[in-house]
Amino acid sequence: MNLNRSPWALHALLLLAAMVFPFVSNSAFVINFGVLALFYAFIGQSWNIAGGFAGQLSFGHVAFFGVGAYASTIVQMRFGFNPWWGLPAAALAGAAAGFLIGVMSFRAGLKGSYFALITLAFAEVFRIIANSVEITGGGLGMLIPMKQTAANFQFGDRRVFYFIILALTVISVAIALWLKASRFGARLAAIRENEDSASALGINIFVEKIKIMAISGAIAGAGGCFFAQYFLYIDPTIVFGVDKSVEMLLVSMIGGAGTVYGPLIGAILLAVVSEVTRSMFSFQGLSLVLYGTLLVIIIAFLPNGLIELFKRKKLKDGDQLSVTSSTKAGEA
Amino acid sequence: MDLTIIGAALINGILMGGIYTLVASGLTLIYGVLHIINFAHGSLLMVAMFGVFYMVTKLGIDPYLSLIVTMPAMFALGYVLYRFLIGKLSYGKDENILLITLGLSIVIENLALMFFTGDSRTISMSYSDKMFEVGPLLIGLPKVISFVAAMVMCALLGIFITRTDTGRAIRAVAKERMGARLVGIDVDKVFAISFGLGMATLGAAASLLMPIFYVSPTTGHVFVMVAFTVVVLGGMGSFLGAVVGGLIVGLTESFGGLYLGESLGQIGISLIFILILLFRPSGLFGDKR
Repeated sequence: MNLNRSPWALHALLLLAAMVFPFVSNSAFVINFGVLALFYAFIGQSWNIAGGFAGQLSFGHVAFFGVGAYASTIVQMRFGFNPWWGLPAAALAGAAAGFLIGVMSFRAGLKGSYFALITLAFAEVFRIIANSVEITGGGLGMLIPMKQTAANFQFGDRRVFYFIILALTVISVAIALWLKASRFGARLAAIRENEDSASALGINIFVEKIKIMAISGAIAGAGGCFFAQYFLYIDPTIVFGVDKSVEMLLVSMIGGAGTVYGPLIGAILLAVVSEVTRSMFSFQGLSLVLYGTLLVIIIAFLPNGLIELFKRKKLKDGDQLSVTSSTKAGEA
Repeated sequence: MDLTIIGAALINGILMGGIYTLVASGLTLIYGVLHIINFAHGSLLMVAMFGVFYMVTKLGIDPYLSLIVTMPAMFALGYVLYRFLIGKLSYGKDENILLITLGLSIVIENLALMFFTGDSRTISMSYSDKMFEVGPLLIGLPKVISFVAAMVMCALLGIFITRTDTGRAIRAVAKERMGARLVGIDVDKVFAISFGLGMATLGAAASLLMPIFYVSPTTGHVFVMVAFTVVVLGGMGSFLGAVVGGLIVGLTESFGGLYLGESLGQIGISLIFILILLFRPSGLFGDKR
């Protein structure tokens, strides 16, 4: 069976491997590792959909993540909704934030580095607001009380969390696959490569960019809800901090921005690197040193990310590289 | 509200604003000449501040005297960084430089975390607690020294840019790259020198900041947003803009803290940044893009 020739066989095989994984070992360590890897893949895909597919580089993607985390937790804690409602609430709030930030920034014509910086500033504004108003619990954050029932979005068996984040990740990969194949995705690719040309072709770049920000925001928002329910605690620094924005960007850029499985590769690598360095060395920071170095190397030598290494092999087998994914930033 | 408190906020804002101006003038110089946004600006400032911290605590050098070391050392670091990393790896695309400098800042910050842990460090000198009395107001002596020195540094930078041959070459490259190359200016060298100069101002800022601030691996975060705001507010590439922008940002911060409280008071700087980018991206004194 040639996996390169039949992408659906590859998708099925990956999904099967992911479903078998939690049954290999039920140790808390293994399950937690799987959950975190998928969680990073999920929020990395959110960044990838805006930053990779549409070329809208964001340094403040955590804004949508944090809005989702707070929306779901507030809906549950302050208004007494069942926590399962938190998930759509979070996605909706994330989409709304993506829409609003998109409308304001793109209306002003911000792109490239300026868009990256304004998203960073928006995330900072959200963090300060969450830190200052009463409904969010301010700087103390919000603690979700422990009550392990399925109706309460809490599970004694951590594997349920694994399958929830797996399902979310599958949805995000499906969205990426759709972007790869659809006309909407093609319009986004045109915008990414050259906005002026895309506009000349009759693409309404403003509308398309806002759509993709809303979709990306919805995914990041759902990620925020999952985070809140998994760790049962959020505060402004955790869910609106620069660190998470950077991690989303890194996971996607390193794995391969604008590719379907790039964030997954980046996320698994991040999870492995951080677990290995944590178990071998007592000091903090080493995994991000390695990851930052990797980012610089990737931009310099492998602008399409680590996934390119697999594709190069594919080229040797006599297949053609897909034209759409091979002309990313940095080759000009 | 009590006039004394307002006066204190006013003076504190102006004094801090002077330092912000110095930090931002390095950023604006680099942007004006190279047209790149150096996201690692804050982390490199943090590195220089750790340098000052250890010169003061281990070698007993006065922080203000450490200028003599930090400026050339940071210039050299900037020159090398540009020649061997940033200039080589960025392919001229501005997002790439932003990402490269982001990668650099991640590496620098986490290396700092590895070696220095996350603790905040401060230095204490014999003059740390000395106060000036101006009418009813008490003003910390180190803040005043740092402010005056920062203003002198900005003036020196201005004189260097306007009066020396190197400065002329820098301005020529900033205005018209191709033309500068045609008249025989080594453009790559000017790029590296400009980056080095930007870093040297950071070295100066580090020496002036250390007596009045703390340093930890995340100190850069505090200043990166502030520096970008000053630069965007004043207009990318404008020195006059950096001075005015620095003062406005300093005042916004101190009055924000006064009227909105510790937590919400921080919002002013980010809001200014957003509003300027949305409604007047060329800033107060910048060229129209």
